[in-house]
Amino acid sequence: MSKLTFARAINAGLRKSLENDPKVILMGEDIGSLGGVFRVTDGLQKDFGKHRVIDSPLAESGIIGTAVGLAYRGYRPVCEIQFDGFIYPAFDQIVSQVAKMHYRTQGRVKMPITIRVPFGGGIGSPEHHSESPEAYFTHTSGLRVVAVSNPQDAYTMIQQAIASDDPVLYFEPKRRYHDKGDVDESIDLSQAMPLDKAAVVNAGSDVTLVAYGPLVKTAKAAAQAAADEGISVEVIDLRSLSPVDYPVVEASVRKTGRLVITHEAGQNGGLGAEIAASITERCFNYLESAPVRITGFDVPYPYSKLEMHHLPDLDRILDGVDRTLGRHNSLSGLEG
Amino acid sequence: MQNDAPRPGQSAQNPLRTGGNLLQLVSPEGERISHPEFDLWIKDIGDEQLGSLFEDMTVIRRIDTEATALQRQGELALWPPLLGQEAAQIGSSRSLRDDDFVFPSYRESGVAYIRGAHVSEIAQVWRGNALYAWDPQRINMATPQIIIGSQSLHATGYAMGVQLDGASTAVLAYFGDGATSEGDVSEAMVFAASFQAPVVFFCQNNHWAISEPVRVQSHVQLADRPTGFGIPSLRVDGNDVLAVMAATRWALDRARSGGGPTFIEAVTYRMGPHTTADDPTRYRDPNELEDWAAKDPILRLRRLLDAKGLLTEELEGRVKAKADAVAAELRTSCVNMPDPQPLDVFNHVYSTPNSWIERQKDHYSRYLSSFNQPVEEGAL
Ligand SMILES: Cc1ncc(C[n+]2csc(CCOP(=O)(O)OP(=O)(O)O)c2C)c(N)n1
Repeated sequence: MSKLTFARAINAGLRKSLENDPKVILMGEDIGSLGGVFRVTDGLQKDFGKHRVIDSPLAESGIIGTAVGLAYRGYRPVCEIQFDGFIYPAFDQIVSQVAKMHYRTQGRVKMPITIRVPFGGGIGSPEHHSESPEAYFTHTSGLRVVAVSNPQDAYTMIQQAIASDDPVLYFEPKRRYHDKGDVDESIDLSQAMPLDKAAVVNAGSDVTLVAYGPLVKTAKAAAQAAADEGISVEVIDLRSLSPVDYPVVEASVRKTGRLVITHEAGQNGGLGAEIAASITERCFNYLESAPVRITGFDVPYPYSKLEMHHLPDLDRILDGVDRTLGRHNSLSGLEG
Repeated sequence: MQNDAPRPGQSAQNPLRTGGNLLQLVSPEGERISHPEFDLWIKDIGDEQLGSLFEDMTVIRRIDTEATALQRQGELALWPPLLGQEAAQIGSSRSLRDDDFVFPSYRESGVAYIRGAHVSEIAQVWRGNALYAWDPQRINMATPQIIIGSQSLHATGYAMGVQLDGASTAVLAYFGDGATSEGDVSEAMVFAASFQAPVVFFCQNNHWAISEPVRVQSHVQLADRPTGFGIPSLRVDGNDVLAVMAATRWALDRARSGGGPTFIEAVTYRMGPHTTADDPTRYRDPNELEDWAAKDPILRLRRLLDAKGLLTEELEGRVKAKADAVAAELRTSCVNMPDPQPLDVFNHVYSTPNSWIERQKDHYSRYLSSFNQPVEEGAL
């Protein structure tokens, strides 16, 4: 067991995959001598060479589009998109090509491509550096979409993503890159929790709180604060955003009767909406109150001086928990 | 005067200029090198003009130094330095007419200064107080673009609009060497060539795209690429303000007179980090920096001024006073910039009110006020 930062944990996972499978290659902007702008790939080019850790031209469509060709040829490309907001030039390749190839060829061509995306806000960055684009991708069938929340998962899930024969969008919460945690590097991947499983990270009985990526830490802190007031919150780390592990969420809501979902992305058309609807369908008779979403606002990601208002924090999450409990209703009387 | 000059790029013998020759009108030692065609484009640059180019370059270097200091002091969240690119930015922007329109990347603070942006406007976007810098319509310059290469398409579209209007405006798009790899830049060249749009693509080849040297982006000289799209190009010494000016005037004139798009590769060097968040020691050979420091664009102009006996105490004193004043203005306006209000987060998402967002705004306003509810007498 070692204590690693989130960024080091991903680095260790990438290293392991590069060691274990000569078909694994890394591609991205500045991932070589610089080690990526977040240093996630630090030292990998030095140890594995320029042919396996490739500094690509500044062309996101090019990065993903050539990965498609490499995958055709039997490689397992791991692409880094430098920041969430720069994935859009590659959107066409991801949704039109990567996602559909397996279906199109009825399984004859696999796309074992991993796309690493630092995502989310909270680091005081300029425009296009704090986006939460996950819903665009969860809406696209054929892709697996995961978001990691702690160094251990970061370490195992990057390896599982690379080993997966399906394309995986692997979202890394950039504001947590420096958080440290225990990582068991000897973990046997076949024994580890599968890539598409949700985890109950705090047991509770009054309210189910679903979070993923950067907000898992916030959700756990909120559960702790709620416990101080005598409210028992069960926190679920979704881990896989597509497909969602509904049985785990469902079992929790059947127990608590209340559901709060939180994410940094805006509310409209977000994952919270999908989970609220699906859980309402599955557990209508068990629900004591309407599911509540605590999300970013439906505005473009604001300038950094205002981002702390946009991002769900502990207090806003607790406000949502209170609402499901009928403790107060800060929304009552609002029109529209 | 520009209109009297022959149009070298349009002569029948040489319709396309390719990347081979680097246009230089001042040597790194500060000697004036004459050029039969391009001298004509800077005929009007006399002693006074040289002094004012020197002033502008010195002032924007000073803005850069002050902004970097403000970032270190926590007053700016980030700053993209332009150290070393002063000649490229001043030479090109001083060639523009007021009615021309500029589409920059994030590094063109020097251009913005010349276009009339206030230093506080330049600062506000890097302070995190706004997503836009200046009013684009007021200074005919789009707000800084962070998505690499996007602005090249916007510039081309604007130029197509100019064409539809039958106007004589020219459009200038700035981008870096790395940007030439993005699909958008190639697509911009396709549109510009097909429609012969009056746009000038001004590529500042500063040799680095964050940590990646220009050879990762291109196997040929960047100026060779546009010729394949049918766009004439010119490679110019980007540290030579007179050469940049002559080239840009030539290209803008081509645009205005129906000659279509032009690509200029200004060969320069980013002497500082990519941004204040970058650490160039991880990827850059210090000797390379030393070589380029010897070609410093401001130093070169000083040498030229000196050789002409123009580097007087009066000039130096005046330029220093101006630079100090602008830096002081930047500092004061930055430090005193009011913070935005929480509910500003909801403003201007749409041009007409939207009930969803109004609802979120109302809710958030109630939520915020719940924190400072007066405590009732005797409640404790
Ligand atoms: C679409 C997109 N991809 C990646 C980035 C991240 N990024 C910001 S600046 C930069 C390097 C740009 O280099 P270049 O075009 O040469 O311009 P320079 O900064 O050197 O002036 C990169 C990769 C971005 N802003 N946009």
